[in-house]
Amino acid sequence: MDITSAQYTESEGINSGIKLVSNGKTYYVPLDENNSHYQAIQEWVAEGNTIQEAD
Amino acid sequence: MALTLHGTVSDNTVALDRKTATPLIINGDMSISQRGTSTSGITNGNYRTLDRFYTNNGNIGSVTNSQSTDVPTGQGFATSFKIAVDTSDTPTGTEWMQCQYRTEAQDLKPLKFNTSSAEGFTISFWVKSAKTGTYTLAILNDNASRSISQTYTINSANTWEKKVLSFAGDTAGAIPNDTSIGLILYWVLASGGDRTSGTFQTSWDTYVTADFISSSQVNLADSTSNDWYITGVQLEVGTFDANSIPPFQFEDRATSLNRCNRYFYKSVSNAPYSVLANGFESSSTTFLGRMDFPTEMRALPTMSSGGSFQVIDGSSRSVSAVAFDGNSRSFNGARVDVTITGGTTGKGAMLRASNDTDAYLEADAEL
Repeated sequence: MDITSAQYTESEGINSGIKLVSNGKTYYVPLDENNSHYQAIQEWVAEGNTIQEAD
Repeated sequence: MALTLHGTVSDNTVALDRKTATPLIINGDMSISQRGTSTSGITNGNYRTLDRFYTNNGNIGSVTNSQSTDVPTGQGFATSFKIAVDTSDTPTGTEWMQCQYRTEAQDLKPLKFNTSSAEGFTISFWVKSAKTGTYTLAILNDNASRSISQTYTINSANTWEKKVLSFAGDTAGAIPNDTSIGLILYWVLASGGDRTSGTFQTSWDTYVTADFISSSQVNLADSTSNDWYITGVQLEVGTFDANSIPPFQFEDRATSLNRCNRYFYKSVSNAPYSVLANGFESSSTTFLGRMDFPTEMRALPTMSSGGSFQVIDGSSRSVSAVAFDGNSRSFNGARVDVTITGGTTGKGAMLRASNDTDAYLEADAEL
């Protein structure tokens, strides 16, 4: 998938998910290795991209 | 009552039609299309329109995916999956265009791969294209990185043809008993040289990129007049030919939709003010709600939303943002975090569409 941006979301002080923007749409991705969007983000990171810290 | 046997009869063993109670391919009749019925301008890979069928045109021009009512006559199908070329192109290098079906690994136990009892299997489908010639159906065991491929021929342009392709079982290459990808079926529509330059691999072996696709593979993308349709996809355990393949196993809509919901669920308002989640206002600016899924999903899903919403707590509260908390999600439901104005802490409320029949919350646990 084409990833525009990825940013951690925080819940109770810890990273709980990733807010992903792709093709103009926002997705809330769980930190789950079985989730295909999470897998795509890991490939994106391996290409040298960075997940932004949570606000 | 007449009894028709399909398969083989040898010694005292009668092999009846099937070794699985339900079709291994979900939505093989292309009846479920939760994401919509048509998407144009596609240049990359994703699930679009038809449930369970993934497409990737790998930057080879652009295509439109749609659910079509063009079907083979007299077979009982009402819909097919259509890929139409919008912008023509010639693939080079690693570029390739394909339609995929990704099976869930644990569903393939009847194949008994990685044992001496590994079963052969057969893939059957109806296909139609404006572009005649040789096409590749390639299969990858994703976990074991092993593959096998075959070609099929579209003999007549713009004519529905039934294809039946049998594959050997793999005595090596285990398929795990888990929720990961099992076999990926690739209906190849175009390919650059990187996947066609080797020796076409028609028996199970370690995946080699150059051996995956036939060098005779046509380029569907060479004209904007080209299109490709498919329906009636079935995967049968056992070796069958055009005469012995069991009939397509139709499922009622509720069953098929429920099976698709394990991988993708879209809750659509349908009416202008439908309720999509129940919950409470945790502060004057936040509503927390619960969205239930109709069946257990394959994995923790990705959540998203679209359309116009409002929160109703006796009065209507305007909504400026809809988000989903990562720590509060399960295989069965998700928490919806909504930014509102004018809420009352602790007050029960509902998230509903705001005069929008297409507002939605969706959960995606696709392979």
